Amino acid sequence: MNTTDTIHSIHKQDSLVEVSNLTKKFDDLTAVKEISFFLKRGEIFGFLGPNGAGKTTTINMLIGLSRPDSGTIHIAGRDCINNPKAAQHLIGVVPDESSLYPELSGFDNLCFCGSLYGMRKNERRDRADALLKTFGLKQAGNRKFGGYSKGMKRKLTIAAGIIHNPQILFLDEPTTGTDVAGARKIRGLISDLHRAGTTIFLTTHYIEEAERLCERVAFIVKGRIVQTDTVKNLLQPLQGRHMMLFSVSNAKDNLPEKLSEHFSDYQFQSLSPERIRIESNGPISLGPLVRFMEEQNTEVMEARRLGPSLEDVFVDVTGIEADILRKEAEKKGGGI
Amino acid sequence: MKQWVAFWNILLKDMRAYYLKPPNISWGLIFPIAWTGMFFMKSGKGFESIPSLLPGVIAISVLFGTTSMLAVTITFEKRNQSFKRLLLAPISLNLLMLAKTSGAIVFGSANALVPVAMALFLADIASVSWPTLLAGIILIAIVSTFLGLFIAVSVSEVFEAQTFSNFFRFPMIFLCGLFIPVDALPLVLRPLSYILPLTYGVDILRSAVTGTNIMSLRLDFLMIILFCVILFCISLRNVNQKWIA
Repeated sequence: MNTTDTIHSIHKQDSLVEVSNLTKKFDDLTAVKEISFFLKRGEIFGFLGPNGAGKTTTINMLIGLSRPDSGTIHIAGRDCINNPKAAQHLIGVVPDESSLYPELSGFDNLCFCGSLYGMRKNERRDRADALLKTFGLKQAGNRKFGGYSKGMKRKLTIAAGIIHNPQILFLDEPTTGTDVAGARKIRGLISDLHRAGTTIFLTTHYIEEAERLCERVAFIVKGRIVQTDTVKNLLQPLQGRHMMLFSVSNAKDNLPEKLSEHFSDYQFQSLSPERIRIESNGPISLGPLVRFMEEQNTEVMEARRLGPSLEDVFVDVTGIEADILRKEAEKKGGGI
Repeated sequence: MKQWVAFWNILLKDMRAYYLKPPNISWGLIFPIAWTGMFFMKSGKGFESIPSLLPGVIAISVLFGTTSMLAVTITFEKRNQSFKRLLLAPISLNLLMLAKTSGAIVFGSANALVPVAMALFLADIASVSWPTLLAGIILIAIVSTFLGLFIAVSVSEVFEAQTFSNFFRFPMIFLCGLFIPVDALPLVLRPLSYILPLTYGVDILRSAVTGTNIMSLRLDFLMIILFCVILFCISLRNVNQKWIA
């Protein structure tokens, strides 16, 4: 029995989704390579990684829109490789693009999505009404979906994903393309769904979002899962570390190197020409640092203590700067 | 039962979103009227030529009506990702594709009513075998729709679907006996006629309207049903291989 088998046998009792050794190739490119994980009933599971890491390919295989080359997928005990339709009535999907029908109203879109799951007319009308109210779209319910703002489209797409009360909800970049207030509202709705008992599989570029929402996360890089654990466990090793973020101006390119030479107990990282991150296993003395930087003709605009974050864990584990993920999300039109 | 709720609502949604839109209703009316009028005037033989023109005009109306719409209802939805929503529904792929094509079959069959109604007013078509005519219209609508489906799932853009459709549609006007009888075609072209499904559909219509069919009705029905099955199965296989890759 290998490690994966052991993990699966331990968690089999309460897992709703079990994925084992899943691989997907596109010609010469291996998009997903032998990944294994499980989702416990009622949890929010985050799937984090940069563009092209294999997040959407994995979701597509789980929901039956793509065939794996090898591996197994079980959802609620059903074999979804041999019969991809077996669990589709249990799952809801919110794709990264708002793919509803522009020529139908918000209400009609929801009713139509309900009908795809066999919901009767009165049942789906009542549910659509309730969801429009919950998502703050009641007034816009009779307007065509094509005329909605980005944030409204995103909310209606999420509503369409849960019209049939799925046991598991797959959310692909739910806040991408929405403004700060919209993203906050969507996160609130995700938390509400979680409290109502829905199991949620969430992919996101925003590590802060995953940290706020998820109980467990997996980091995926180049098609491989490099770490899976609870957010709490992942943050544990960082508890003793001290971190600060300096915002500076007029800094020379070699300032981090000079700081490293002068303060050998600290680690310095230049996040941008205006931001320097400092880490240490012991307390960081602010005064000497500020004085040294001023001697270097660098003006310190702000110094802020940082708590341990999932972003730090992600950077440690994957070697990928979290800024890269944030920029990718911004390119897609998002804001957190 | 739940699958049939989905089937019925996909059909209704397509009807509302695509087929009952004013441009398509006008297309469904103007196109058959234009074809009927054009061939009637071109024949120059007066009202008595209408029965001989009717099978061709019915066939062309159904063929263009169905294949044009499939490019929109399938290719467009595939392009804007909304087709994925249907693929995620817990209904079988067979039933899903039947639901997506049923609207076009109904629309195509309704297109055929325009030349039939015109013929009823303008000519004596009392000898028409209505059950055979109706069966012929429905089978032509089905086979044309499945041809449209085959084209729609083979391409990724709406304009490609329209272009690819024309590659089949225009040769069929000349090769399938719509206005030029198959036995009047040059010998070298006749084999092409017999590998095109519309030839058998038009022959059914000729049998119903003028009794001038060139093959047995049994063979016509058998062949057109065979084409329906083949085109539908190939389309399903393509969806399975390309869209759920």
